[in-house]
Amino acid sequence: MIELSDVRKVFPARRGAGEVVAVDGVSLSVARGEFAGVVGPSGSGKSTLARLVNLLERPTSGTVTVDGQVLTDLDAGGIRRARRSVGMIFQHFNLLDSRTAAGNVEHPLELAGVGRAERRRRVAELLDLVGLADRHGSRPAQLSGGQKQRVAIARALAARPTVLLCDEATSALDPGSTSGVLDLLRQVRAELGLTVLLITHEMSVVRAVCDSAVLMSAGRVVDGGPLSEVLTRPGSALAAQLVPAPAAGTDAAGGELVEVTVTDAAPEGLVLHTLAAELGLSVEVIGGSVETVAGRRFGRLLLRVRGDDGRLDPALARLRAAGALVGRTAAGDPRPFPDADDEPRPEPEPDVQRLADAPDVQR
Amino acid sequence: MNDWSRLVPQLVDATWETLYMVGVATGLTVLLGVPLGVLLTVTAPGALAPHPMVNRLLGLVVNLGRSLPFIILLVLVAPVTRGIVGTTIGSTATIVPLTIGAVPFLARLVETSLREVAHGKVEATLAMGARRRDVVRTVLLPEALPSLVAGVTVTVVALISYSAMAGAVGGGGLGDFAIRYGYQQFRTDITLATVVLLLVVVQLLQWAGDRWARHLAAA
Repeated sequence: MIELSDVRKVFPARRGAGEVVAVDGVSLSVARGEFAGVVGPSGSGKSTLARLVNLLERPTSGTVTVDGQVLTDLDAGGIRRARRSVGMIFQHFNLLDSRTAAGNVEHPLELAGVGRAERRRRVAELLDLVGLADRHGSRPAQLSGGQKQRVAIARALAARPTVLLCDEATSALDPGSTSGVLDLLRQVRAELGLTVLLITHEMSVVRAVCDSAVLMSAGRVVDGGPLSEVLTRPGSALAAQLVPAPAAGTDAAGGELVEVTVTDAAPEGLVLHTLAAELGLSVEVIGGSVETVAGRRFGRLLLRVRGDDGRLDPALARLRAAGALVGRTAAGDPRPFPDADDEPRPEPEPDVQRLADAPDVQR
Repeated sequence: MNDWSRLVPQLVDATWETLYMVGVATGLTVLLGVPLGVLLTVTAPGALAPHPMVNRLLGLVVNLGRSLPFIILLVLVAPVTRGIVGTTIGSTATIVPLTIGAVPFLARLVETSLREVAHGKVEATLAMGARRRDVVRTVLLPEALPSLVAGVTVTVVALISYSAMAGAVGGGGLGDFAIRYGYQQFRTDITLATVVLLLVVVQLLQWAGDRWARHLAAA
């Protein structure tokens, strides 16, 4: 549905600053109906990436394809028409203060030349969809942040787009409004069959709504894929960001450190049972977290095991053979996951990151 | 020397002349100055339709108009005035220099107002597939409207002061009246009366303009 192929965006040098390579050869593919995330630290080029999808920024090189249409080949008029099928919402909502909530939702319909009666009908329908049927006449200044973003979502959906771009859409909201907006995004994705590309620096947002994600660093995609796959991939930088590994602390307490990756397919129960009940070892959980990611349970636990008499390693091997994701780790070790701020690793993945096990989209 | 019964009708006429000059000049200034301000804004680097050459040229013309003292401009544009109106004397003739003097002034105010509109709003509208002229029509001007009204109010007040100056060269209106009766006939009371009248007019206009701008901002 969204297909970026070796896209580069270079901002020319300005007074006092050299040229900036904001996006450096990114290839990305988002399947129809997918909820894809783009994460990364600020300055990693993720917001520029979003603006490349609807050509608010023209790529320096590379092609952008949305719904089978190569946007980078279109003239100005063609791009304007194509933009109507790509809705966009923003961190600071960007509603017009001179218009009411209804007037803001009506704006894209006016621009598209929709007749007055039809506009009225559609605005009512959209405000109802986002749960603001009673705030037709409210000005943006009279709405809360969450309500403003709901109006912005209604506005973005007005022209019946097939793709929705969310640029840090929840970053200015409090936690309650964030989950409300995320629920709404999930709901409209399901009801309207939208493809969503969500840019964020909040890992909790990705965990809550995304099917897949890519991690950007210094203008490049350094990791990515369907979350269920990313999270179980050893050494995944994105997984380390989504569910950080617990800190091992110092070795002063003694014992052996064992790390367990928890997934639906490899629950931690068997590991705990084997070590504690069968082997009779002393097992303590010294850190870790278990989260629901993309609707599935996922986590990492760090165990301290005392009283090992040589049976631990064979037991771990047996557990691994049985499908458990478990291994020894040492205190004070550098985590095997590079930080997102580190230099990008050489990309082991093929050129195009498949984001989901969805049918290929025609280029 | 109580000749006020004779003078008051003339004072009223002069006030109407001032209002006529300033009113017509304001209308023309808005018609010319707002588009000029829009052009200055959108052709700026990084704006909606960057065009460095046009931007620099317009900037130069506006700065030229702004840097000339009005009394000099009044004399300089006399041939233009004669060409348009047929004479350089009287309130109708004064409308020409008033407009030429106020257009660059308003254009700069419009530019400042439009630049205050958050770029995100422009970007959001472009993302809807808007043409650039749609952005000017449906975003820049409506969003800046309270500030534009305030700018026009400032311009009207400046026009009143310009129009009084035009009185010095036979431009009609309250300025003319003050010069001929107050200054040249050493009638300080007449000068004072015209000053009070001008003050009242300016106060009323500023009050009305502020009220309108506030109403728009709150609406």
